Amino acid sequence: MASAKQVKQLDRVIIRFAGDSGDGMQLTGDRFTSESASFGNDLSTLPNFPAEIRAPQGTIHGVSSFQVHFADHDILTPGDAPDVLVAMNPAALRANLGDLPKGATVIVDTHDFTARNLTKAGYSHNPLDGDDLAEYAVHPVDLTGMTVAAVKEFGLSRKDAARAKNMFALGLVSWMYGRPTEGTEEFLARRFAKVPAIRDANVTAFRTGWNFGETTEAFVVSYEVKPAPMAPGTYRNITGNLALAYGLVAAGVQSGLPVFLGSYPITPASDVLHELSKHKDMGVTTFQAEDEIAGVGAALGASFAGHLGVTTTSGPGVALKSETIGLAVMTELPLLIVDVQRGGPSTGLPTKTEQADLLQAMFGRNGESPVPVVAPQSPGDCFDAAIEAARIAVTYRTPVFLLSDGMIANGSEPWRVPEVHELPTIDPQFATHTHEGGEFQPYLRDEATLARPWAVPGTPGLEHRIGGLEKGDGHGNISYDPANHDFMVRTRQAKIDRIADSLPPLEVDDPTGAAKVLVIGWGSTYGPIGAACRRVRRAGGEVAQAHLRHLNPFPSDLGDVLKRYDKVLVPEMNLGQLSMLLRAKYLVDTVGYNHVRGLPLKAAELAEAIGSLVGEVAGTELDLSAAAHQVRDADPAHEKEASR
Amino acid sequence: MSTTELGIPAMRGGTDGVPPVDPDAPAQTGKEFTSDQEVRWCPGCGDYAVLKAVQSFLPDLGLRRENITFVSGIGCSSRFPYYLDTYGMHSIHGRAPAIATGLATAREDLSVWVVTGDGDALSIGGNHLIHALRRNVNMTILLFNNRIYGLTKGQYSPTSEAGKVTKSTPMGSVDHPFNPVSLALGAEGTFVARTIDSDRKHLTSVLAAAAAHRGTSLVEIYQNCPIFNDGAFDAIKDRDTKDEAIIPLVHGEPIRFGTPGEDGLGPRGLVRSASGGVEVVDVTTDNAGDLLVHDAHADDPTTAFAISRLTDAGYLHRAPIGIFRSVERPTYDDQARAQVDLAVGERTGDRSDRLAALVGGGDTWTVV
Repeated sequence: MASAKQVKQLDRVIIRFAGDSGDGMQLTGDRFTSESASFGNDLSTLPNFPAEIRAPQGTIHGVSSFQVHFADHDILTPGDAPDVLVAMNPAALRANLGDLPKGATVIVDTHDFTARNLTKAGYSHNPLDGDDLAEYAVHPVDLTGMTVAAVKEFGLSRKDAARAKNMFALGLVSWMYGRPTEGTEEFLARRFAKVPAIRDANVTAFRTGWNFGETTEAFVVSYEVKPAPMAPGTYRNITGNLALAYGLVAAGVQSGLPVFLGSYPITPASDVLHELSKHKDMGVTTFQAEDEIAGVGAALGASFAGHLGVTTTSGPGVALKSETIGLAVMTELPLLIVDVQRGGPSTGLPTKTEQADLLQAMFGRNGESPVPVVAPQSPGDCFDAAIEAARIAVTYRTPVFLLSDGMIANGSEPWRVPEVHELPTIDPQFATHTHEGGEFQPYLRDEATLARPWAVPGTPGLEHRIGGLEKGDGHGNISYDPANHDFMVRTRQAKIDRIADSLPPLEVDDPTGAAKVLVIGWGSTYGPIGAACRRVRRAGGEVAQAHLRHLNPFPSDLGDVLKRYDKVLVPEMNLGQLSMLLRAKYLVDTVGYNHVRGLPLKAAELAEAIGSLVGEVAGTELDLSAAAHQVRDADPAHEKEASR
Repeated sequence: MSTTELGIPAMRGGTDGVPPVDPDAPAQTGKEFTSDQEVRWCPGCGDYAVLKAVQSFLPDLGLRRENITFVSGIGCSSRFPYYLDTYGMHSIHGRAPAIATGLATAREDLSVWVVTGDGDALSIGGNHLIHALRRNVNMTILLFNNRIYGLTKGQYSPTSEAGKVTKSTPMGSVDHPFNPVSLALGAEGTFVARTIDSDRKHLTSVLAAAAAHRGTSLVEIYQNCPIFNDGAFDAIKDRDTKDEAIIPLVHGEPIRFGTPGEDGLGPRGLVRSASGGVEVVDVTTDNAGDLLVHDAHADDPTTAFAISRLTDAGYLHRAPIGIFRSVERPTYDDQARAQVDLAVGERTGDRSDRLAALVGGGDTWTVV
């Protein structure tokens, strides 16, 4: 469908779809994302929804939204502030208006702007009348009314007819940005194949929305955002939870081990359980346990049996699993604990993001109980991080924490599909024979890794008993000997420290090599930190960036890297947990940048903080206003590399 | 919604799929199943008798020793795996059924045993116990019930009688106790039995039946703690009182007990009561035909439950002993494995190719 109207070029756009939690905003956002991905834009998404499945209709706390940032260049974040807001009711408008910059486009479904709904949303008057929205380009459209009229022929109830309004909105916005429409039409045909009337109504609503944009005088311009240059390869759009599930499947294939997932449903980790339950054909067994403790217990039992035991959860679940993780430390069995972090403490903010479980993962057990910690930095990176966590668990016979979070779990980005033959292989090296002298010693260690033998039941001659009581060095029988306990505590720690020998040097992005400020982070803050550093560099500031995948142990050269810089800034979505670890281990006077709003860090705000630190060290003032006005978040060097 | 037909053969035995010993190899002995670790229970502990019985019984299974696995929780009885030369895990408090569920589901070729106590299984681990029972995971749970916390030195347990004076209840416990058999039947356990530590013959026969049962077998073993709860089971152990105290359950036979008369039969029996339960009656020529005939294979657990209620909740003067219930029901682990096998069987090509197809699936686009 070609447009006859004027077409303007843009290099990037941020759109937020917002409505009631029953309005289908997540689906709308997903579809728009798929259209943009297949068009070839780089993109990053941020779903944001309430913990309540159906909060009271029309209220502020029932508002669900989906933000998508798409561009003709390499981008790192879902964007700070939307250029376009689609608001399906008064509550959606009110809840999101504060995030909009001046001049933003607002498309409003006027249908629900009734006195009753305005009151529910907390408006004392209709904001569409008067000057409330004078700073924005507002398009009041009766999306619901037009949808109902357009789908009349299918004989649906008024309620069912109105439910297609999200597809009308999607059609309209797809027209505005010249998105390809075939994918969505095919998707709707598949999704509603069994209910032809609903299928036809949705397709019709989608097309009518597009045509409305094309014909109405309300929209005079459409926009074009060209495809982004990307490295050659096959791409797909992927969320962190999906990539993580695929990574676990891949870890099973690359190690030759069957995967056993023991899990209890919890937001925002449940999708990993759902996804893995579909891949039994890949040798994956999923067990939905009676509670968090049984989930990890069964996983540990499966590990003892020679499977790759995995449990998936979020912070409250980790609290319950702690004792079993301690048992895995003592029995020195491989085990993956996936913590998709959410806002805490306690039940906290189940559907919002945070990275405040780092210290829980590090220290949340009794006794000296070291556990390696690995963190992915983006949705697609969850795949590689899962394989890396499995490598450590299997090689070193240890439980390993994989710390994802709500932002990368539900957010998505284009992901270059890996070549399977290029993935690392993991060798379980099961014990098959007794040691010299005909005895089997379950706690006799490998000299290089300090790992103990993994002898699985069914192996003749290697019958042995393990458990939570302290083990005697070598033979593994119960030992209360003071010197042995001291030795074993130190050995378990040394084994985890030894993992650092297998890690590559820390990559530091310091384009000029002259930066005096290092910004270091971990996990999902990679995007905002990277985008903020680019802004600072565009404004002439020199800043280095490093991102930690391994939080325990740290890479061997981390201390040297930190000491090369005058100032070390540590942005985190917590009150300074990585900061505390760096300070304790390296005696470096780190500077914290901490937000716990349940939302990703905003690149623009972070850039201000970095800029002021860079300015302070250089004794000058850095003016970021030009960089902020510039719409591009890409730096030229990066772009060149991407377009090779 | 319908489920997938998994093609699991009916009526499998508890150890089907576990490799048997080589028929030409010398017969296994109890000694082979005895580890080199010194047994460290208190002198006179009932656990010794159970350990001996299990060590002598295991060769009867005819299974390869390396395919037998014992998992325990925490408590005196949970030291059990250390004393058996099989694979074993002494895990954490209450969690043995959960760990054993993973083990049994992962590996059909293992004979999985759980050793637990009344505190371990019914207090801290109560949730895992009932869920193992309802899922019917193929494992045998030996629940040593001494009606006290031994390892923590004498606090009342969830099976201690109300009013029990212990270190933590100087004025007497005000907790109502669990009846483990009633609990297991309520959780729809497919094999539920009770036996006594000191009756080696009965204990061994129950172990054999439990091992032969495919699914979760729960065996409550009355076990004396000579230190903190000595004499708890005297009434059913004492030669002079046990005939009156034990209601023996034998499948297919009328349930009678009491000091045998000239006909060798107990003078008391069980009949259905008007209220729908069962009650004890003096057997007469008039009511002999009405006596309840024990049917362990009845699909409906109602009668088994009613019989379990004849157990004293207070100090034990009377208890039914034997196999309350033994019925067939598909096991969780067989079905979980069958789903995986079915899914794997539908696919061709090696795992790497299928992984490539998986990660490269969905809506993709190519950049050249």
